[in-house]
Amino acid sequence: MTNSAQYNIKAIRNDFPILGREIFGKPLVYLDNAASTQHPTPVINAVKDLYEQNYSNVHRGVHTLSQESSNLYDDARVKVRGFIHAACVHEVIFTSGATESINLVAQSYARPILKEGDEILITHMEHHSNIVPWQIVCEQTGATLKVVPISDRGELEMDQFHAMLSEKTKLVSVVHVSNALGTVNPVKEIIDAAHAIDVPVLVDGAQAIPHIPVDVQALDADFYVFSGHKIYGPTGIGVLYGKEKLLNAMPPYQGGGDMILSVSFEGTTYNQLPYKFEAGTPNIAGVVGLGAAIDYVNKIGLATIAAHENGLLAYATSKLRSIDGLRIIGEADQKAGLISFVLDAVHPHDIGTIIDGEGVAVRAGHHCAQPVMERYKVPATARASFAMYNTYQEIDVLAEAIKKTIDMFK
Amino acid sequence: MENLRELYQEVILDHNKNPRNFRKIENPDGFAHGTNPLCGDQIDVYLMIKDGIIEDVSFEGAGCAICTSSASMMTLALKGKTEADAEALFNSFHHALTEEGEYPEDVPLGKLKVLTGVKDYPVRVKCATLAWHTFDAALKRLQGEVTTE
Repeated sequence: MTNSAQYNIKAIRNDFPILGREIFGKPLVYLDNAASTQHPTPVINAVKDLYEQNYSNVHRGVHTLSQESSNLYDDARVKVRGFIHAACVHEVIFTSGATESINLVAQSYARPILKEGDEILITHMEHHSNIVPWQIVCEQTGATLKVVPISDRGELEMDQFHAMLSEKTKLVSVVHVSNALGTVNPVKEIIDAAHAIDVPVLVDGAQAIPHIPVDVQALDADFYVFSGHKIYGPTGIGVLYGKEKLLNAMPPYQGGGDMILSVSFEGTTYNQLPYKFEAGTPNIAGVVGLGAAIDYVNKIGLATIAAHENGLLAYATSKLRSIDGLRIIGEADQKAGLISFVLDAVHPHDIGTIIDGEGVAVRAGHHCAQPVMERYKVPATARASFAMYNTYQEIDVLAEAIKKTIDMFK
Repeated sequence: MENLRELYQEVILDHNKNPRNFRKIENPDGFAHGTNPLCGDQIDVYLMIKDGIIEDVSFEGAGCAICTSSASMMTLALKGKTEADAEALFNSFHHALTEEGEYPEDVPLGKLKVLTGVKDYPVRVKCATLAWHTFDAALKRLQGEVTTE
């Protein structure tokens, strides 16, 4: 198997300095991208240049550096808007990550409207970050959390979803791509069904954003959240997209500087979107780095990247399936970016440690999705997840390392 | 792979494949449930104690090879020991892996020494100590969860 001729994998890999590293004397094979992706030179340089050339606080000073930093910060928001096809720039709120974005919606959108007897609908394949914020808000309000079940193959039971969606439902919150199973959920069908009875939908796009072109208007998503560090950007920066009408009606999440128009001890006038939800000095370098990451992805083209990754996924799936004693967890028809697997004779942590000795980095554990582990009756899984810079040869290294692991435990 | 052979020695792989005293004790004198929330390892440790001596100790649970073999070897090491000697061995083992706490010089690790290779893999140390922490809790008749956090 060779890499597609049009896809210049060599040039891409050269853009990621860390891929030149060796681990225990072996070339690094980085397959833990669903946990966090690596950074290309343009992202690293954007952060470096900001600190070396332009840095100051944003939206405050009249001096040159503050103006330059503010421009870079605002430009990044425009880039995010374009990337997810939001209608307006001010529908893009910068947060610390997908987790904070969900907590913001739980506290500022859901909490004020929820009362006893109301329901929030999530699914069995959510990351803890799309479970716990809803449990907290249910505790605060007396609302109930409902969970759509999943099949043995790792697909949502859509009949159940439609049956559970009712006039009691006040919000649906669903993951776009499962971080533990790789399943791509039919979010458009979910949103259409929810909207038919006027229920808004939050889509957790943390795993989808690096693999699937997202158009929040075509989806008609009410909220869409993701983290920068899963799409080649820095950690500590994320996005909450929300429809203007909903965001305007929501109270602020945190109080502080930047989110106000005027403050007096008699009362405070909140700032307009997006600043109403960005209290305090923001993560300026994170925002600038995220903007550079989006530029980089756009330069190669997300559709092109997705095609490459889907090729890797198909190749890895057939390669891993051929290994005796290996079971893939999550066999949905529509998958993106990752394979979770277990071995009959070897615990995932042992797999992780042993193949690390071959230079291969995978995640071993419950992937912050303990209900999923319970559903498939496994304590943990090993997970290989792909990015634009992974190669078919690396899949071969992974497969060989797994075989060595099995031999060691024979 | 050579370093890994140091960690996954034959004796460890053997205890993982055929864990000793892997069973439940009905109506135990001491019991504790331990989890490692980071990785999901779970272990139950059962104790029977007579006149201050550990008459029987067993475990059940699901964990990696390091966790399972450490638990298995622990049961062999503890049986017949006084509570005080067992505590001293726990301290000695814990110190050998983490270099935390006091090291009682006069407590040799014996066969447990094979597990000290895990020192070179800091994130896996908790796998090796989970059973011991759980035992410690069971001995202290503590109720509820023990974590190695």
